[in-house]
Amino acid sequence: MNVLIPSMEQFVQGIANALSLGSLYSLVAIGYTMVYGILRLINFAHGEVFMMAMYFVFYVTTLFQAPWYIAFIAGIVGIALLGIVIERAAYKPLRNAPRISVLISAIGVSYLLQNLAVVCFSGIPKQFPSVPLFQDVIIVGGVHIQRMVIIVPIITAILVAALLYLVNHTKMGIAMRAASRDFDTSRLMGINVNRVISITFCIGSLLAAVGAIMWGLKYPKIEPYVGVMPGLKCFIAAVLGGIGSIGGAVIGAFLLGFIEIMLVLFLPGLSGYKDAFAFVLLIIILLVKPTGLLGDKAGVDKA
Amino acid sequence: MRILETKHTTMRFGGVTAVEDLNLYVDQGEIVAIIGPNGAGKTTTFNMMTGVYAPTEGQIMLAKKDGNLEDITGVRPDLIAKRGVARTFQNIRLFSELTALENVLTAQHLHVKSNFATAMLGLPQYKKEERAFRKRAMELLEIVGLADQADSMATSLPYGQQRRLEIARALATDPRLLLLDEPAAGMNPQETQELTTFVSQIHEQFGLTILMIEHHMQIVMDISHRIYVLDFGKTIAHGTPDEIKNNERVIDAYLGVAEDAEG
Repeated sequence: MNVLIPSMEQFVQGIANALSLGSLYSLVAIGYTMVYGILRLINFAHGEVFMMAMYFVFYVTTLFQAPWYIAFIAGIVGIALLGIVIERAAYKPLRNAPRISVLISAIGVSYLLQNLAVVCFSGIPKQFPSVPLFQDVIIVGGVHIQRMVIIVPIITAILVAALLYLVNHTKMGIAMRAASRDFDTSRLMGINVNRVISITFCIGSLLAAVGAIMWGLKYPKIEPYVGVMPGLKCFIAAVLGGIGSIGGAVIGAFLLGFIEIMLVLFLPGLSGYKDAFAFVLLIIILLVKPTGLLGDKAGVDKA
Repeated sequence: MRILETKHTTMRFGGVTAVEDLNLYVDQGEIVAIIGPNGAGKTTTFNMMTGVYAPTEGQIMLAKKDGNLEDITGVRPDLIAKRGVARTFQNIRLFSELTALENVLTAQHLHVKSNFATAMLGLPQYKKEERAFRKRAMELLEIVGLADQADSMATSLPYGQQRRLEIARALATDPRLLLLDEPAAGMNPQETQELTTFVSQIHEQFGLTILMIEHHMQIVMDISHRIYVLDFGKTIAHGTPDEIKNNERVIDAYLGVAEDAEG
């Protein structure tokens, strides 16, 4: 196994790519962590929400000849609604059921959406619409990068900042945090817990849709299982950062992004194992620090 | 004027009857106490009144703003809170990892007029509302003497202060009827005395009606207008503090024991 010493340009390019990949992971990982925070549920259907977002944008673009920005907005809104529908249909009826039932329901939704996609959209891969504004290659300081490598982290930073503001400084955010601690007391304080949960799913799905769109611009192949691997990796990122913590999910996502890119950069011989490496990482965290980096201790106690 | 009334309310859990045929009323402006040994069904009564449990039988009526009684049996807890009933808990249930101020803010949630969109966009209407809520929450913390602890984590406060914070949080829902579940539990005589004064004070200041469960006879006898005595889910006595003090059945079931327990 050879360790490759990359050139300075390659290294800078690697850093840029890692930032961009980490941003993509964050957008999806936040959805896992928020839903876990409030329902103590690993929403295994989240990867399929991601997949549906790509199809949605694809069909809006091809069927209606819509310009990319309309398609993106339609995709984000549509998927935010899909998140709410999934919660209402598959999780809300199980509010008082044991958590394992809800988990199984989540796995069910995941397979349902995958198979629905196979039936409705066929297994033949589709091409995500290309948007030159994001995909053109530019040269920054001698390094060739796609414009989106810069755009994605900026969009992510804005969205995460908005989310943190919402959660930490607004009434809705306080209601979310209250509900994530204690449903019964929250209700007695007049908080409509079901509404708070709906909004949580709406935000999580919305961010996943943004992530999916960016993903599609980078890796334009759409097929029914396209959400599985990003979904699992973002789940790992959320666990790595400490599931239940938004900041943790972001940190975990960037760590995972960096580890993946640097592995390929320094040990190209092992690049085929980069997905496997993410799972090894998951096993190590679960063994060494199950609460993750910014572990939500109260959440674990409650779980 | 009647503010709350239970009609033949019964709560069964499987074969256990926690509360049986409860007929209790509270009039506007009263302080009413429910006493009784552990397991008498007092907290279950509160849980039915706040919508946590739907009674197995019977009805719970709550006065609307216009004074007419409305059936609230089985109504969702957040909607009952909206109708003006707030409570505290026997075992303190503050939101951990939220500050004292944030705990109070949660309870104002039901008064929020802005919607999700105005919040996300940070529109002026929303910001104005947000500021007003914070101001109000600070006022409440001041009333309970916790203004200087606003940014402390709620669960890191000393026990007595946590009790008062729970009351501040309950007051933030702007209740007409306040249910206090053993507010003096775990307090020493000095703190109990302070609490008695404090409850009388908020009773007057907020024009509140108070229904409380309490074991400390001193506070019960000092401030309640009427007392209900429960034993094994049944109401065994009802009357003014003086009547209750001299009631044979109450002394048998409860008062004698309480004296021993409290030393």
